[in-house]
Amino acid sequence: MSVQSLNAERQVWIYTQMLRIRTFEERVKRTFTDHPGVIRGHTHLADGAEASIVGSLSHFREGDAALATYRCHGYPLTLGSDPKAMMAEVYGRADGLCKGLGGSMHLTDVKRGFLGTSGIVGAGIPHAAGAAWAAQLRKRGDVVFCFFGDGASKQGAFHETLNIASLWKLPAVFVMENNGYNVVTTTAQEDANAAAGEPLSVKAKAYALPGVTVDGTDPLAVYRTVGEAVERARAGRGPTLVESKVYRLSAHGNIIAPPGVPLHYPEHEAIAVFGKREEYEAALRGDPVPRFRGTLILGGVLTSAQADELAARIAGEIEEAVSFALKSPFPKLESALEYNYA
Amino acid sequence: MALMPYIAAIDAGIHQEMRRDPKVLYFGQNLATTENHAFLAAYGPERVRVTPISETAEIGIAVGAAMAGLRPVVELYMAEFMLVAMDQVVNEAPRMRYMSGGQVKVPLVLKAGYGFTCGWAGQHTGTLSALFMGVPGLKVAVPATAADAKGLMASAIRDDNPVVFLHHYLLTLEQGEVPDGEYLVPFGKADVRRAGADVTIVATGWMVPRALGAAQQLAKEGIDAEVIDPRTVAPLDLDTILKSVDKTGRVVLVDQATRHASVSSVIAAELAEHGFRALRAPIIQVTAADTTIPYSEPLEAYVLPDEARIVAGVRTVLK
Repeated sequence: MSVQSLNAERQVWIYTQMLRIRTFEERVKRTFTDHPGVIRGHTHLADGAEASIVGSLSHFREGDAALATYRCHGYPLTLGSDPKAMMAEVYGRADGLCKGLGGSMHLTDVKRGFLGTSGIVGAGIPHAAGAAWAAQLRKRGDVVFCFFGDGASKQGAFHETLNIASLWKLPAVFVMENNGYNVVTTTAQEDANAAAGEPLSVKAKAYALPGVTVDGTDPLAVYRTVGEAVERARAGRGPTLVESKVYRLSAHGNIIAPPGVPLHYPEHEAIAVFGKREEYEAALRGDPVPRFRGTLILGGVLTSAQADELAARIAGEIEEAVSFALKSPFPKLESALEYNYA
Repeated sequence: MALMPYIAAIDAGIHQEMRRDPKVLYFGQNLATTENHAFLAAYGPERVRVTPISETAEIGIAVGAAMAGLRPVVELYMAEFMLVAMDQVVNEAPRMRYMSGGQVKVPLVLKAGYGFTCGWAGQHTGTLSALFMGVPGLKVAVPATAADAKGLMASAIRDDNPVVFLHHYLLTLEQGEVPDGEYLVPFGKADVRRAGADVTIVATGWMVPRALGAAQQLAKEGIDAEVIDPRTVAPLDLDTILKSVDKTGRVVLVDQATRHASVSSVIAAELAEHGFRALRAPIIQVTAADTTIPYSEPLEAYVLPDEARIVAGVRTVLK
């Protein structure tokens, strides 16, 4: 899998998906001020991880599956879920992707191969291995993409699953998005490898599977690295752990507060907790979305007029999603009891 | 007395015991990551530590530290995170003393918020108190006021057994008068929050203010409700409840949990056995619907007990 195989059209597709994720999530964030009270509970944004999400899912083909965490808006968007249904879900409405029952943390779109998310850190990793077992039995070369954060690699579920997946040569790609922070804890404060100056991908060594670290802010680098892992999995040679280094550009989530306290996004923990404004501003300067736009324009893949036009089209698409979601009714009350059993 | 929010009162309880006893540890995820953290600054990194997201190790380490003579308080944040380490909570911590024939004790506190029903959807909103109350060896505290939050936390730390301390997330910012200085609330002693003659309402956590609101509403119609808050569900102060039912003959049990996993169903069974002769009407339970909690706001309200449903329950039991 080489970058040469990525023609101009495909590169523009990658940028388009990155920008759609960014625009969608900016609107989610803005909802807290534009329409107070419309979003409840806890939402988590993937700004800064778009290149990693889209670069990885560029390899997704029909029959594959993906699972992720509560920071989940980007995956279904990339896989083709309707942003109107996604926003309606975030707003708790009847037309939501999950009928208003799951909300921002639990987007699921089985038709598009997005099997869902867990709000419990690390809990989705074994689910992905289970789905990979099913893929292995289908013998069609299907692969399962498993997305989780650096924090999850401190869970037993991570270690137990990597061992089994490697032992059984399950066709899975474990993409660990290392964004440097577990809420207000830095990776070096909670990870022995990080504290020793090692990449987190070394954890793979313990379970005899390849472990690689990639710059997750570079979609082409992610495309290459995950591509190799996907190829390996499709060929029946087993799973790979990819540590994709990103920087979360928003705080962990909106503030956690009981009803009555207006929700909003606080400042990033690097500044609010650790006073490391420099670190945060450097990350902002490396923002993967405008950076890839620059790469494509410099490379002659896209003109800046075309890029502007694309941005305007996406803004319109997401604006439409917001108005649709605001107009969508709340679900029927009795539907709250409908899906406890199959 | 000082007016303070529920959450500050819990901290006051931990401070009270950490100052008093150098064997008390406090650790968990996302706490003490900077030097100005109140507990880290006061007691130092030997006793106050941040942990990775590793509940099995966090709680397992607490069990070991407790067996070795320390008194750990584990910050779990959300009750559901304890489920990740269910073996340590249910099948390790409360078993060690028994299986060793009383040789070891396991004095630890598992501090976790629960019942955060404000849009946190299916995995962060559970009312899990009943899940733990039936485990021999575990104690379960469910404070509903700031004062109880401080006093029960202090008692939990002093207790020689593993205690699941469940603070209600929706009460976090509720202000209450909290006694200054050393303050302990005993386990197994219910608080009669409102005396009344016509009907007994038993409620815990966030349901206590709802029950008091219902009682106030009913008072306007001339119905005099007694409201009892057990404060700990293991041990459970059945005597106070039975005494009340002896007086009123009618009982409404309120619980934010789903019915078959509720404290109220346990109390109902005990009342049916031990208070049957006093009962003048069937026991009424006002609980959450048997469902996972939905995200959408009107649906969430639809499945939860509220003041109106408590009032309706009282009217039914008085018919």
